[in-house]
Amino acid sequence: MNAEDLLYCDTHEWVFVAEQDGQKIATVGISAFAVEQLTDLVYMELPTVGTTVTAGEEFGEVESVKAVSPLYSPVSGTVVAVNEGLPDNLDTLNTDPYQAGWIMKVEVSDDLPANLLDHAAYQKQCGEAG
Amino acid sequence: MRNTHATQLIFELSTAGRSGVNLPACDVPEQPREQWIPAELLNAESPELPEVTEPEVIRHFTNLSTLNMSVDTHYYPLGSCTMKYNPKRNERIAGWDGFAQLHPYQSEDSIQGMLQLLFELQQMLGEISGLPAVSLQPAAGAHGELAALMVASAYFKELGETRTKVLAPDSAHGTNPASARMAGFDFVTIRSQADGRVDLDHLRENLGDDTAVFMITNPSTLGLFDDQVQQIADLVHEQGGLIYLDGANMNAILGIARPGDFGADMMHFNPHKTFSGPHGGGGPGAGPICVTDTLRPFLPNPTVSYCQDSQAYYLDTGDDKSIGRVRSFFGNVGVLVRAYCYIRTHGPDGLKRVSEMAVLNANYLLSQVKEFLDVPHGDRCMHEFVASAEPIKEKTGLKQPAMDIAKRLLDYGFHPPTVYFPLTVHEGLMMEPTETESKQTLDAFAEVLKTIVNEPAETLQSAPHSTSIRRPDEVQAARQPIVKWTEATD
Amino acid sequence: MPYTYNTPAQQDEMLAAIGAASIDELFSSIPASMQLKRALDLPPALGEIELTAHMQELARQNTAVSQSTCFMGAGSYDHFVPAVIDTLASRGEFYTSYTPYQPEVSQGNLQVMFEYQTLICQLTGMDVSNASLYDGGSAAVEAMLMAISITRRSDKVVVLESVHPEYRQIIETYFATIGTEVITVSAAEQLQDALDDQTAAVLVQSPNFFGNVEDLTSLAEQVHAAGALLVCSVDPISLGILKRPGDAGVDIVVAEGQSLGTPLLYGGPYLGIMACREEFVRRLPGRIAGQTVDQQGNRCWVLTLQTREQHIRREKATSNICTNQGLFALRAAIYLSVMGPEGMGDVADLCLQKAHYAQQQLTNLDRFEAVSDRPFFKEFVIRDKENDVNGLLQKAEDFNLLAGVALGRWYPELEDCLLIAVTEKRTKDEINQLVEVLGS
Repeated sequence: MNAEDLLYCDTHEWVFVAEQDGQKIATVGISAFAVEQLTDLVYMELPTVGTTVTAGEEFGEVESVKAVSPLYSPVSGTVVAVNEGLPDNLDTLNTDPYQAGWIMKVEVSDDLPANLLDHAAYQKQCGEAG
Repeated sequence: MRNTHATQLIFELSTAGRSGVNLPACDVPEQPREQWIPAELLNAESPELPEVTEPEVIRHFTNLSTLNMSVDTHYYPLGSCTMKYNPKRNERIAGWDGFAQLHPYQSEDSIQGMLQLLFELQQMLGEISGLPAVSLQPAAGAHGELAALMVASAYFKELGETRTKVLAPDSAHGTNPASARMAGFDFVTIRSQADGRVDLDHLRENLGDDTAVFMITNPSTLGLFDDQVQQIADLVHEQGGLIYLDGANMNAILGIARPGDFGADMMHFNPHKTFSGPHGGGGPGAGPICVTDTLRPFLPNPTVSYCQDSQAYYLDTGDDKSIGRVRSFFGNVGVLVRAYCYIRTHGPDGLKRVSEMAVLNANYLLSQVKEFLDVPHGDRCMHEFVASAEPIKEKTGLKQPAMDIAKRLLDYGFHPPTVYFPLTVHEGLMMEPTETESKQTLDAFAEVLKTIVNEPAETLQSAPHSTSIRRPDEVQAARQPIVKWTEATD
Repeated sequence: MPYTYNTPAQQDEMLAAIGAASIDELFSSIPASMQLKRALDLPPALGEIELTAHMQELARQNTAVSQSTCFMGAGSYDHFVPAVIDTLASRGEFYTSYTPYQPEVSQGNLQVMFEYQTLICQLTGMDVSNASLYDGGSAAVEAMLMAISITRRSDKVVVLESVHPEYRQIIETYFATIGTEVITVSAAEQLQDALDDQTAAVLVQSPNFFGNVEDLTSLAEQVHAAGALLVCSVDPISLGILKRPGDAGVDIVVAEGQSLGTPLLYGGPYLGIMACREEFVRRLPGRIAGQTVDQQGNRCWVLTLQTREQHIRREKATSNICTNQGLFALRAAIYLSVMGPEGMGDVADLCLQKAHYAQQQLTNLDRFEAVSDRPFFKEFVIRDKENDVNGLLQKAEDFNLLAGVALGRWYPELEDCLLIAVTEKRTKDEINQLVEVLGS
């Protein structure tokens, strides 16, 4: 996946939605900008497959040495897969945040929230924050 | 000349067959263990502990102790921790059998001296705080906070009121929000103004009939006395809420101002700070709480009372409004005995003198430090102040100048200030000299600090240069935690 | 004043540097209306000689256990404390230092924490230990809170009635505030009825408050079948001979660590021990030391997993605890090191043998009977058929014997019962004297 093709939350999660067997499946991760800001990630708590997530609400946590950041879901739906190996290889988030660094896949139950940002808008937001 | 042999892990010093004790032979008729306890509940073999002799243990731990900085050996201006001198007379007294060898369930008749001491300490803390009802039970400051919030919760329940929110400023210590959550409240952060005082408008916006408690640290973690505290108390009281004073910084106002007189309904003391601890490498402390008479019935039990009729002190379990126990037995009595000795050593004038000298020392250090470091919150402070190394970033290109300065101080034999707290100051260096340091020490420290901020960035970044270990890798420690020794890891 | 250093002349110099006219002026940020207009109403200052005399006077009004023979236990025990512990723990480098925020100058304390954690794991058979909590009782409640956080079941917890009554009171206090139901069951046999899919954890004590050893293996099976966690409060001395709770399937072990090298201290400060299975490490409250390397590759220790703690997590923290009982964890580490496997086995065995001798001698008397025939370790309950427990305790005190702890204050149905503890310090002669005095 290319960063340019993704949608973003203002809380730095990215989402990519694809049709799969007639279902809308959203792949969710965190942006390269977020990974850089967090520095030195040490731990990630993944959601459990089968749980429901709600757009704008927490689904997990990522920790650096000195901070804990909640992860907010960009979409509502049911978690159908998580990247099991990721917590043990957090460097993946630095090297490949948009492919190998995906966090969860969600079977989307509602329309996508209107407040998701496209790449350009998200870049603009990061520029202002940074 | 670090003794690298003796400071291996105790497990690495172990040699099968050694022992550090010789216990008496059993003088009663012995039976196989299985006679008394079913075999399936017994262990197959003794626990796998290290096997070392007494001299090895002494050399190992003595050498380890020398790897620490401590108040006895170094200037230790760790802000918000009040690292003052720990009087040796208090240590000796607290260790006497008459205090240290008492069982918590001994009859009250057999511990009248202890109960008198605890009763008098309750009275003295009530007088110093201006809040007359005292529980000595909580085991630490954070524990006292939690107990007091439980007291508030019980009080509102008694009134039939549903109050769900605890408010505190953004400069508050992290224990405030954590305690609020543990006591079942929602936590709301109130902004501070640029000058470090509570933003009253933001407070007003968040106050309502759902406000249970406003927690305030005054003097604040910035070392400033918020002169709005009475006004804040009035606002909160108008809404039926209570004021909790985090007593972390009482070393600034002993005998000068009393929380009970400026609007607080509840507070805790940190005797390990204000009343000379010691800190014990991170504990034990104690967290006695003082509250208004209205809240007295809700305090944890037991407290100590005096019975006029029998002329004796006794453990008073109060009535059934008490929140009950927050700790087993009476509390951290050993710490309380030392606090009692400290207060009795100083008396009323001496305690006031403690705060005067603590504030004088802090202001003097501030006057020296502001010449070469930014001090964002003004030219005066109470017992501590927070300097900011933020401007140094630009000057030197250092990314974490406060951390680098802290590490470089170690090379000069000074313990660094508290860094990166409170969160409201960027690159904060929080300095609390305490009253037990001399002008000469403060001058020497300021001089070194001045030298350091003018040193080349590389020198700071690579500091410390003289310690036996340098800049441990905390990321590795947190990613793959190794939290015990196993033979395989070595 | 004895501990403030600056002379009047220096104070003037300092004021001049500050640009203040007087010390009073430094307090001008405190509005006059808030300042105390009088001296504190406290007794006058005492010099070291007067303080020492005054404290001696207070101490004299206490009967120290060292002046009597102690058979009292109930969570606080008169075990022997080797001299090496006082010698080492009274080193200023240990007791006047603070939480190791700067690892380069705190390697002593950090290594002690790491060794303590390892020793506790070796003793309990658990995977990970924190660097200690306040005391056994608050460790128990923290473990229950931790279990709620792990299982995400906050409706109820179950506690056996044979858990220390004060520990149960602490749990009641904490859980009443947050609205979690605490179900107390009278015996392990009744446990099944109390368990369901909303139960977060079961708290059991072994040896329990009455001294009886519980079958933790079968309890663990039962509790796990309901999807709950088993939290067990243990007597660390008993682990010299008893099966390690980690080997029995316990999820979180807590203990009062006072027995490991700390005197009675009228109840505190003590040591809260807490250890758990590996998978729960990121939910474990309190400080933890971890091993790492420094820039030069030297092995060293740091505080780790700090994101669990309140100073980072603030209102999301699972616990508000921000200290450990460093000095008492040090005492426990020294104790376990000097004892070693053999010493721990021997101490536990001495307790076991002497307690059984005492129980047999007492129950041989017509006046007393055993309350239970379940296996016990160093503590046991006897019933006074004449129902005069307080009279007995008073009489014993006249002979400088602290004969035990009356149970009626916590268990009205046991108002005629006495809880007696026998440690390795008690001799056959002392036990015989107890029997003689109680029986006479």
